[in-house]
Amino acid sequence: MSFDIMLGQTIVTGLLWGAIYTLTALGLTVIYGIVNIVNFAHGDFLMISMFLAYVLSIAVGFSPLQSLPFVVAALFLLGIVTYRLLIKPVLNAPMLAQIFATFGLMVFLRGLAQFIFGIDFRTIPTALQATRLDIGGIFISTPQLIAAIGAVVMFAAVYFFITKTRTGWALLAVAENREAATLMGIDSNKMFALAWGIGAACVGVAGCLLANFYYVFPEVGAIFGFLTFIVVAFGGFGSITGAFAAGLIIGLIEALAGFLLDPSYKYSIVFTVYLLVVIFRPKGLLGSA
Amino acid sequence: MYVITRKKPLLSALLATALILLLAGCGSSSTPKPAADGKAAAVKEVKIGAIYPMTGVQGVTGLELMRGVELAVEIVNNEYPDLALPMAKGKGLTNLGGAKIVLVAGDHQASPEKGMSEAERLITQEKVTALMGCYGSAVTNTASQVAERNGIPFLNADSTSPSLIARNYQWFFRTTPDDDMFAENFFVFLDDLKAKKLITDPKLAILYENTLFGTDVGKAETRSAKAHKYNIVSDIAYPAKSTNVGSEVQKLKASGADIVLQASYASDAILYMKTYKDLDYNPAAILAMDAGFIDDAYLKGAGKDGYYILSREVWALDLAKAKPIVEKVNKMFKDKHGVNMTGNVSRAFTGLLVLADAINRAGSTAPAAVQKALLATDIPPDQLIMPWKGIKFDPKTHQNILGQGIIVQIQENGEYVTVWPWNLASKEIIWPMPKWNARK
Repeated sequence: MSFDIMLGQTIVTGLLWGAIYTLTALGLTVIYGIVNIVNFAHGDFLMISMFLAYVLSIAVGFSPLQSLPFVVAALFLLGIVTYRLLIKPVLNAPMLAQIFATFGLMVFLRGLAQFIFGIDFRTIPTALQATRLDIGGIFISTPQLIAAIGAVVMFAAVYFFITKTRTGWALLAVAENREAATLMGIDSNKMFALAWGIGAACVGVAGCLLANFYYVFPEVGAIFGFLTFIVVAFGGFGSITGAFAAGLIIGLIEALAGFLLDPSYKYSIVFTVYLLVVIFRPKGLLGSA
Repeated sequence: MYVITRKKPLLSALLATALILLLAGCGSSSTPKPAADGKAAAVKEVKIGAIYPMTGVQGVTGLELMRGVELAVEIVNNEYPDLALPMAKGKGLTNLGGAKIVLVAGDHQASPEKGMSEAERLITQEKVTALMGCYGSAVTNTASQVAERNGIPFLNADSTSPSLIARNYQWFFRTTPDDDMFAENFFVFLDDLKAKKLITDPKLAILYENTLFGTDVGKAETRSAKAHKYNIVSDIAYPAKSTNVGSEVQKLKASGADIVLQASYASDAILYMKTYKDLDYNPAAILAMDAGFIDDAYLKGAGKDGYYILSREVWALDLAKAKPIVEKVNKMFKDKHGVNMTGNVSRAFTGLLVLADAINRAGSTAPAAVQKALLATDIPPDQLIMPWKGIKFDPKTHQNILGQGIIVQIQENGEYVTVWPWNLASKEIIWPMPKWNARK
């Protein structure tokens, strides 16, 4: 097989994984951008949504794609409940208290999943799983392609919602200046809750698309959460377009570094790039100071 | 470019970085619980500490190992006159007035630092007589350092890094054969395949996760390959906690290797099989250094995509054909847990029996006495559920010198069957493994 095809395959694989990273990063960046809180339980929201898809597949035989609307609705609620119960009380507290709140939530959710489901790896068998496209010797797994398309659609939807709708403007207004927005008659609490709902719903989409081809286990959030933070910081905290670009770039760097250099250094290279960005452009690729 | 308002960007980024690092080290925790109840208050107890990854990414394996140890404790503490195993006849440790063994569990969550602190806790607070553990070689390495410093016997039944015995520790004993022996086995196996005319001059790829276990395996395989004059076309170390392994598989494809010698833990083993399939990589064989590939979780996660791999094993259920004791012990295990034993379970099981046997012969819980008894261990093959020639420790390295491996293949219905050495084989080897598009 020629090197070109190999390289092409690596780039395609990298972009497909990058799309998944963008989707998990989207929710995190929305929450940060509007509520100004870093949600450390974000990866575990992803885990919860994957387990919900799993439970639905066992209980009613839904494929993850069929479960998607239900999981998204559930995650939206989870986001709002989390805001009401956990975030609102620490909204004006020191940053450290906010971090401990979401960090504690992370430990709790992971423990809860382990308690209910044990630590096994589970897969949701679907007819889609085994299918793939073969384009000139480059293989594209169908569920991964669906995930990538889903990521793009979700991005467009969230971007449109925030920038083009009245509610979106209200969200932005609250993010810009909470007091002024309140004076204008916007209920900032409602807006923050909505932001958490949207952020969590994004992970609901990501979880279902991921559960279509990836295994589900209580630690899955740790693995993806880790890269998600890098993507968000790289793209610029709060930047939606930044998260999109950064996700794809990280996916590409990871794949190319693994293929062209040495797989054992692939995350070191991702980290190096991230550190360079943090040092020379602390606001991230597309963030504004 | 659209940006939502944000404040304190640098601080946030740095804080996030710090917390991510914390995150990486912080799994969820669970309270370790004593595995056996110490209700026989009138009888003296002998505490043994068992440090395994009970939670975290290797949690599935940790529970398995613990079940193996628990079954052995059950056999030691009660009377099983029908079982031809060390310590099965009498009740408890007969030379210590029938003292019962009490397990105290420690959870290392696959972290060498936690393994160290758990060893520290078990020795200083729980006052254990001896320690067992820790599966992951990197963790065994740190935990056994603590035992060495405190002069407490440490029996390792399940870590296969050759470097562990190269330290020549006084208190560290290992029953399982190590990866040097297993790597050597691989090439004897390949030579046998040549003799059978199944291969002529195969191109080999060496693929391993990049912690202590994997890298040591990689080194051992490279050494043996040289000695047996095999051609290695690709040598790939990969990060143990990868989200995806697309680029690694691309590298393998690019190398044109026919046989992949692979060392992975369960989550990456599953991930690799899925990626091999997605990218249509069809080597003649995947020859795995057990670990993830013989883990209970492997087939659960990989399903039929996980079939046909070959793995070196320390144990297989079909050894029961030659050793009836295997069947008996497996039945006890299955009655309790509903699943068959695995190589991991049987190694941990055997480890505890060896330790109990030594403490019993020592007739004392004094560390020096137990150490002396361990050195004098001589268990014949017919008292083992392992395919070994027995257990005897090398006086210097404390490695069991009578261990040996077998090679199993996952065949129809996801059964692990022994295919090598030919004389222990219960089924014919399927060679090469079926191509992805030929599988149903």
